[in-house]
Amino acid sequence: MDELIQHLVNALILGGTYALLGIGLTLIFGIMNVVNFTHGALYTVGAYVMYLAAAALGLNFFLALPVAILGGLLLGAAIELVLLRPFRGSDIDTTMLVMIGAGIVLQSGTLWIFGGVAKAIPSPFPEAPLQIGPVSVSWLRLFVLGAALGLIALTYTLINRTKLGLAMRAAFQDADTAALMGVDVHRIYTATFALGSSLAAAAGALLGPVYVVFPQMGGLAELKAFAIVILGGLGNVTGAAIGGFILALAEELGAGYVSSGYRDAMGFLIIIAVLLYKPTGLFAKAERIG
Amino acid sequence: MSRLLPFALLAGLVVLPLALGPNPYLLNALIVTGILTIGAMSLNLLLGFTGQLSLGHIAFFGIGAYVSALTSLGFDVDLGFGIRAVHEPWPAALGFLLATVAAGACGYLIGRLSFRVRGAYFVIVTISFAEVVRLVALNWVELTQGPLALTNIPAITLGLPGLGMWTLKTKLQNYYLVLGVGTLCYLAIARLVGSRFGRAMRGLKENEPLALSVGINATRTLTVAAVISAAMAGAAGSLYAHYLRIIDPDVFLFATTVSMVIMVVAGGKGTLMGPVVGGLIFGLLPVALRPVMAPEAQWIVYGVVLIVILFVMPRGIVPGLAVLLGGRPARAVPVLEANPAVQR
Repeated sequence: MDELIQHLVNALILGGTYALLGIGLTLIFGIMNVVNFTHGALYTVGAYVMYLAAAALGLNFFLALPVAILGGLLLGAAIELVLLRPFRGSDIDTTMLVMIGAGIVLQSGTLWIFGGVAKAIPSPFPEAPLQIGPVSVSWLRLFVLGAALGLIALTYTLINRTKLGLAMRAAFQDADTAALMGVDVHRIYTATFALGSSLAAAAGALLGPVYVVFPQMGGLAELKAFAIVILGGLGNVTGAAIGGFILALAEELGAGYVSSGYRDAMGFLIIIAVLLYKPTGLFAKAERIG
Repeated sequence: MSRLLPFALLAGLVVLPLALGPNPYLLNALIVTGILTIGAMSLNLLLGFTGQLSLGHIAFFGIGAYVSALTSLGFDVDLGFGIRAVHEPWPAALGFLLATVAAGACGYLIGRLSFRVRGAYFVIVTISFAEVVRLVALNWVELTQGPLALTNIPAITLGLPGLGMWTLKTKLQNYYLVLGVGTLCYLAIARLVGSRFGRAMRGLKENEPLALSVGINATRTLTVAAVISAAMAGAAGSLYAHYLRIIDPDVFLFATTVSMVIMVVAGGKGTLMGPVVGGLIFGLLPVALRPVMAPEAQWIVYGVVLIVILFVMPRGIVPGLAVLLGGRPARAVPVLEANPAVQR
């Protein structure tokens, strides 16, 4: 029983960052109809910016995090402007291939610059974990959960309470009509991609200090993000948020009670189950995001 | 011109080893390139002719490699509940056949599963499938030896009528084996694409509602295409296992799928020659780049080349060159031309 509670707590903490990853990917897919194969690379870049800022430059940990998120935001905006804007109106396959190319460049680029040796980001939190009854949680992981929940709340506010969010929701429902109503759809797309990228970078920057940072870390993260997005329904933000927690739970329980070697296979099992029983995702395709 | 190109290329490839003389390094590069090109051709069948991108194509390739290797090596595995699966070694040629069948069966399952829904699902399911198969190869140590790799995989022995038994151990023999299998795959795809089934595939790619309205069974057509494509990839994987004679879970690297995708897209998806031309260029490019740059830098070049090609030659090299040479714009085998009455 104690073990189960510990697994649940771990899942909750991991789920926050998974939700960030999933929300970023599903936003980009839902609004722009682009399967973002740079998502994993942006996750990696976020972690490396965090490493550069916190470990190499010696910046304060809590300042390094916004720097990493900003890095993801700018890189995402650049990718959208340079690589996606020229392909506006192309079919989904073409943009997917462009994104695959960009993902390779980013991943090999980090490998080239930083080398293959894993890097550690020092954490400012005390080593000793917090003990609540039978459950022990490290302070760092608690902070990761808090930061992830905060970012999710920020994203929701942005989508539901701001003018930019309104324009994004309009472009999601019908880009042509939104354009007729005076929405600059190109700008909305750039903002969407930058937002999604910054969420991926945030997830990387948050999990980087928990694990280690290495150039291939984004590959698995990307697969997990795909599983979350399918689970929640393509383009469904709330679905992705919940999907992140469900995947984390499945991984924790799978690793704890079945086999830790197959932890990363849980996402695939979830995809299979969803496609068999509820192909539209657990949360039926939303007519609107938010 | 374009009609003669395949024959010219085949003739060139047949005499190439004679022209090269004894050069094991180049011959090895050519064999691996040939095997990957078969993979690229099979990928093109899906990506180019049905418009479905299998981004986990390496899974079928790797399954072919492992099935073939395990069939010819034998295994003794405890399945739990006191059941043991014991298998005595079989000839490698039989492994090749089983590899093709097993990969095709996996293609069927993946196809049935993911073609229930259109959209990005097939891409995501295939890419996750490849990751899971890699995890199995890594973790089921009793069967696959995990990271220790399966070693001493026997070479393929062929019984040729009138020539006796041949064990294909040398690089030169493997070169011609790969060339032969590649030619067969090319002919099979050419035949398939020109058939009624091929028209159904391309019809679905161009206009699915219209194709449905004339009675094409979309799910069935796409699934059959996935089966054939996966089976060919499995055959290529089997050749790979029996040529290298050692395989480890690294055969499932995502990078290899990306190589195949680049070969297809660069060469010209939806054309018969595209993957062959793309395969030869991108298979041999590392040989040319090796002296000048590190492998990581090569991959950056690959990514940039993929993007640049999508910018300047979105249909690929083969159709692009055809336009440049002033011939009629080579479209990706038009649907109409495949009508037997109009053809040739």
